[in-house]
Amino acid sequence: MDLHGPIADYISAEILKDKRRAIGPEEPLISSGLIDSFSVVDLALFVESEFAVRIQDHELNAEQIDTLDALVKLIKTRLA
Amino acid sequence: MKWTLAERVLERGRIEPDRLAVRLLWSQQREQAVSCGDLLEGALRYAGRLQRVGAGPGAVVLIIHQHSLDLLYGFFGAVLAGAIPSLLPYPTEKLDTERYRNSLEALFQLIQPKAVITYPALAVVLKSLCELEGVEVLLPQPDDHSPLGEAVSVAAQDIALLQHSSGTTGLQKGVALSHEAIYRQLESCAEAIRLSRDDVIVSWLPLYHDMGLIAGFLLPILKSIPLVLMSPLEWVRAPHMLLQAVSRFGGTVTWLPNFAYNFCARKISEAALDGVDLSRWRAVINCSEPVSARSHELFAHRFAPYGFRRAALAASYAMAENVFAVTQGGIDEPLRVDSVDPRALAVDGIAIPSASGLAVASSGRPVPNVEIKIVDASGIQLPERHIGEIALLSDCMLTGYYKRSDLTAQVMRDGWYLTGDLGYVVGEELFVTGRLKDLIIVGGRNLYPGDLEEIVNDVGGVHPGRVVVFGVPNVELGTEDVAVVAEVETDDADERRRISENIRSGIARQTDCIARHIHLVDSRWLIKTSSGKISRHANREKFLRERELATV
Repeated sequence: MDLHGPIADYISAEILKDKRRAIGPEEPLISSGLIDSFSVVDLALFVESEFAVRIQDHELNAEQIDTLDALVKLIKTRLA
Repeated sequence: MKWTLAERVLERGRIEPDRLAVRLLWSQQREQAVSCGDLLEGALRYAGRLQRVGAGPGAVVLIIHQHSLDLLYGFFGAVLAGAIPSLLPYPTEKLDTERYRNSLEALFQLIQPKAVITYPALAVVLKSLCELEGVEVLLPQPDDHSPLGEAVSVAAQDIALLQHSSGTTGLQKGVALSHEAIYRQLESCAEAIRLSRDDVIVSWLPLYHDMGLIAGFLLPILKSIPLVLMSPLEWVRAPHMLLQAVSRFGGTVTWLPNFAYNFCARKISEAALDGVDLSRWRAVINCSEPVSARSHELFAHRFAPYGFRRAALAASYAMAENVFAVTQGGIDEPLRVDSVDPRALAVDGIAIPSASGLAVASSGRPVPNVEIKIVDASGIQLPERHIGEIALLSDCMLTGYYKRSDLTAQVMRDGWYLTGDLGYVVGEELFVTGRLKDLIIVGGRNLYPGDLEEIVNDVGGVHPGRVVVFGVPNVELGTEDVAVVAEVETDDADERRRISENIRSGIARQTDCIARHIHLVDSRWLIKTSSGKISRHANREKFLRERELATV
């Protein structure tokens, strides 16, 4: 299952409001300021409803999910 | 009640050592109860450490800590030592530490602190600066058994603390507040909200912000009201923490900036509210950014099924220069919403009632020790329903901006403090409608456009000096967004995208806030005033007009 695509699309369209903005798999999202603190929780809610996994509150930080790759890895451990 | 902060903490620690002072909450159900006795002992240890490095009466002590026991003990330690504490924001993961250090350097030179109470990682960043300026650094000591300090008595007129807002501009304006001013504000605010010993205050607000420091920290601690305190960083990732805490600990009073109403209403999943009971919550006070009637509706509607009572919606207009509250509404009677003709408001500056007009939420009436009036540019008092600058007079005003009497003089006229905010009154009731000063408030946090413009100016590809930054409303979030308009030479789309990214990341790393709108324009887009300055007001209007046209 491609997880990168839908998450990247969500970030570009809903958070950045710029559909043409490509998100690289290793591009820093939180630490770079691309996603602000108001939107981190949106991303988590999207992931939870889209993939039916639970993201813990304390996992929503730059150390754990700063890149698409890291987020996808976290989701995969939950889906496994 | 005793007059100084120290007397009050000593009294509580001795008379009711076992009463709960603060319950600290963290994520993953971790929590710690701090009794009045614990608080006094922890604070006296810090007072001792401060006294041993010579930080006694009159010395400024900076406290830079995330949500922790050391934050509490460090602050009251400085109070007991007779020093002048100032709580400052800590850098978050985005913020560039070099930039953070530089902003503090200017502050150090102005206020010359004697000591900094902080945590190891930040001490590394500040080491060279502290050595250079001869500032002592105090770090947490696990199992601290160091000797207790002696509580020093100070006069009620002495400066009790300094309150800073962030950024280059904000750090130059440390609001100095006396013990008696704080005492009078707490008495007045407590009366206005009918505070009693049965109340439980629940807060996630940062203590370096006046609303967090006064309403969400000093008021409960000094008035013997239990406080449930969580981390702002954790709350923003898990807003349900607030509602769960209110339910679990029987929370009755909470202060929130407007955006938090939208944030809670929209970003909490049903599952997180399972079993939550909000029926004891009697006052949820909207404060520190413009109050939106719509945000209140969203909140009341979303949480009604969990026992939230609409009557709990309240509002206050407050500022550090008055210690905190200026007005309070929604406690004894429902908060009023005025419906006015939008055209007359914008064009004539008069709030004419109109049934299907623009909804303006009331901020309530002045608290018992405060007087307000609405004045025009020459200081003449305006009649009811006329928009003008809000001026205030009270017995709990600032002593001055610390070591910046020039800035103090600019905001005082005949003993009245000129707020820089615009509004009108109806009877005793205040309605805040806008701002005269150039200030952007994002999620309750004050940002100065000049600070942000300076950052954008340094980005490659931007015409130096051809930049303007202002705030635009974000109805969805219930707060303001930062908008940047910058003139650039290139019309290459990729190059423009790169410049936008650099502006966005530059602002994020240096101020910890996000510029949601970055609008790159061709040369000569920006409007100048007759004196040749770039007009924030006119360019904001132009930006909003163009945006409106683009969405039609």
